[in-house]
Amino acid sequence: MSQIKIATLGLAAAVAVSSALVAAPAFAAGEVKPPKSVHFSFEGPFGTYDRGQLQRGYKVYEQVCAACHSMDLVAFRNLGDPGGPEFSPAEVRVLAAEFPREVVDGPDDLGDMFERPGKPSDYFPPPFPNQAAARASNSGAYPPDFSVIAKARPNGPAYIYSLLVGYEDPPAGMELRDGAYYNSYFPGGQIAMAPPLFDEMVEYTDGTPMTVEQYSKDLSAFLMWTAEPKLEERKRIGFQVMVFLVVLAGLLYFTKKKLWRDVDH
Amino acid sequence: MSGQSTYHFKNPAVRWLDSRLPIISAMKVNALDFPTPKNLNYFWTFGGILTLFLGIQIVTGLVLAMHYTAHVDQAFNSVEEIMRDVNYGWLMRYMHANGASFFFIAVYIHIFRGLYYGSYKAPRELLWMIGVVILLIMMATAFMGYVLPWGQMSFWGATVITNLFSAIPLVGEPIVQWLWGGFAVGNPTLNRFYALHFLLPFVLAAVVFLHIWALHVPGNNNPTGVEVKSNKDTVPFHPYYTVKDFLAVIVFLIVYAAFVFYLPNYLGHTDNYIPADPLVTPAHIVPEWYFLPFYAILRAIPDKLGGVIAMFASIGILFLLPWLDTSKVRSAAFRPLYRQFFWILVLVCFGLGYLGSQPAEGGYVIASQILTAYYFLHFLVILPLLGLFEKTKPLPGSISESVLSKDKGGGPTDGGGGTVAAAAASAPEKRG
Ligand code: HEC
Ligand code: HEM
Repeated sequence: MSQIKIATLGLAAAVAVSSALVAAPAFAAGEVKPPKSVHFSFEGPFGTYDRGQLQRGYKVYEQVCAACHSMDLVAFRNLGDPGGPEFSPAEVRVLAAEFPREVVDGPDDLGDMFERPGKPSDYFPPPFPNQAAARASNSGAYPPDFSVIAKARPNGPAYIYSLLVGYEDPPAGMELRDGAYYNSYFPGGQIAMAPPLFDEMVEYTDGTPMTVEQYSKDLSAFLMWTAEPKLEERKRIGFQVMVFLVVLAGLLYFTKKKLWRDVDH
Repeated sequence: MSGQSTYHFKNPAVRWLDSRLPIISAMKVNALDFPTPKNLNYFWTFGGILTLFLGIQIVTGLVLAMHYTAHVDQAFNSVEEIMRDVNYGWLMRYMHANGASFFFIAVYIHIFRGLYYGSYKAPRELLWMIGVVILLIMMATAFMGYVLPWGQMSFWGATVITNLFSAIPLVGEPIVQWLWGGFAVGNPTLNRFYALHFLLPFVLAAVVFLHIWALHVPGNNNPTGVEVKSNKDTVPFHPYYTVKDFLAVIVFLIVYAAFVFYLPNYLGHTDNYIPADPLVTPAHIVPEWYFLPFYAILRAIPDKLGGVIAMFASIGILFLLPWLDTSKVRSAAFRPLYRQFFWILVLVCFGLGYLGSQPAEGGYVIASQILTAYYFLHFLVILPLLGLFEKTKPLPGSISESVLSKDKGGGPTDGGGGTVAAAAASAPEKRG
């Protein structure tokens, strides 16, 4: 009996080890650098967004990134939603009207499209009319839409932060493609986006340092909000549900115990 | 189901109804008084959990369907609108997406429970086979559901899987075009997948009904694998198992809720938040975690047709299991050798799941081939031989006897308690 036992365990071990051995060397090719570790206020089961940070993030997006990156699924009104940057209704009206681009509306009575300043109900107007136009202005590369970008990359916020602060000189001997910049956090290492941020580029009025690093952090948080605008509501309801379920489980545990006490099982 | 009612109800309205349509007594017989072995452990609670999850998927799915648009230009954004602008839409979607994962966690535990305790043996062969049909329908439903949000993985997953049919000799290409409704995965494909995704859960509900019907003829198996001998071996389903199942359901829901509320995208793939683009192929096309072991088997075989056959055979073989296992003893508790091969099989399935998530190159392929071979070996060689050569432990005379000897400490049963609990703890992470 015990001999057979050893034999089967040996077989199991052999199968496991041989598969591990043959699997091991297959790693390597095309590995991406893991993002920097960075802490955000919205992490953890009770984490919430930092309003000031989202407001600053919006400001950098609007003044820098919006020139190339669209945000099709977010409307100006969302900037005032609970759980977001929570700009006041008056501020939202101003932000919509002062967005760097006007909104295309129409057709009017004569059948023509026309441009007008944004209103809170408008979605962020895109920088390019279509993908081809976007590629034409970016040496063939397409600046992706930002609405859900933080969920469309592994480890989204940390990745975006790392990408923005991660521009470096290419390692000696590396040939860059035309119009490409070296960034070891980008898969493949060559990104078609020039470093978009510089110190003191966007004015912060609340005393927060105006550095590339701080801008990048604020942007990552802002992009997490655009991707997951219901995060705070989700965690709040989640906590209530958890408390309810755990208490109910406790009650049921004792009910079950009492009920089964007289049954041999 | 069982002809004329023998119950007598005091309430005249109930009596009136029941003498014309004995639905109340059918419920009493099948859901309340149903004699159930008194020694079932928590692995018997997953049937109830599965039924609940079918309900959760149907309810959340209906709400999603009221807001979803099945068109290639709008599907992705309509799902995002559900997340942003529909009241509690994010909750419905995260419950539905994670509900699919937890449905599979529950069904895999349920299936391995059956493998461990020999629940597929006579007289429960048909019950088991209906279960395999349920698994197949679930897989088809989940595969088509994953296509609906029309992200990159939706599109490329659909492309890879539908393309498998092109491996069929002669008629392969026409069949694939017929499936697509065109010359590539496109709007007609999305539309038909939506229609089928809506329909199949209701087909599933009907098959689940048959499954439970087939269960209620022989009654439950139990951890000893010894049939019920007298009513000393059983307790009425209600309140004993309604309360126990309720407890298990709530504990399972706690884990589910942890994902829905705190890690809603953990089990999904980030690429599915990129809108589908037929011109950009993702670096690695991987299916949802619950398909990974089958995906590994598919890619283990160098030949396309061979891979497809192996993949379908890996499930199809389960239909033959009641006849491949030649042992007269059901429960692994009394089959010392089978018990070890069972755990090896569990490890092999986890291993295949891990390999399915890795690129199909070099060592990963060789490892997949070894594990795939072992998987089939288990069913086709080990099980038939084990029944002939294995020396099983003596069976208890009845359930009551085994329970009493256990209370005195030791005895022949082990009911699998300790070892199987470890499986539950590790099961949710099938992706390896
Ligand atoms: C001059 C145009 C331009 C500006 C301004 C710009 N980007 Fe980009 N961005 C691009 C292009 C082009 C790409 C595509 C790069 C590629 O695919 O190689 C890109 C890609 C990205 C990506 C995606 C990388 C990936 O993983 O695919 C992120 C994130 C990003 N930009 C963030 C930003 C942020 C944040 C800002 C504002 C600080 C910004 N960009 C400003 C042009 C721009
Ligand atoms: C067996 C039960 C079911 C399973 C396993 C299942 C599985 C899935 C999966 C895996 C997705 C993709 C999730 C995502 O990433 O978004 C999905 C989406 C969807 N399902 Fe289901 N589903 C089931 C039942 C239903 C039912 C009964 C309906 C409608 C009556 C439905 C309607 C939808 C809709 C509209 C979507 C698209 C929205 C979305 O992607 O979230 N489902 N389903």
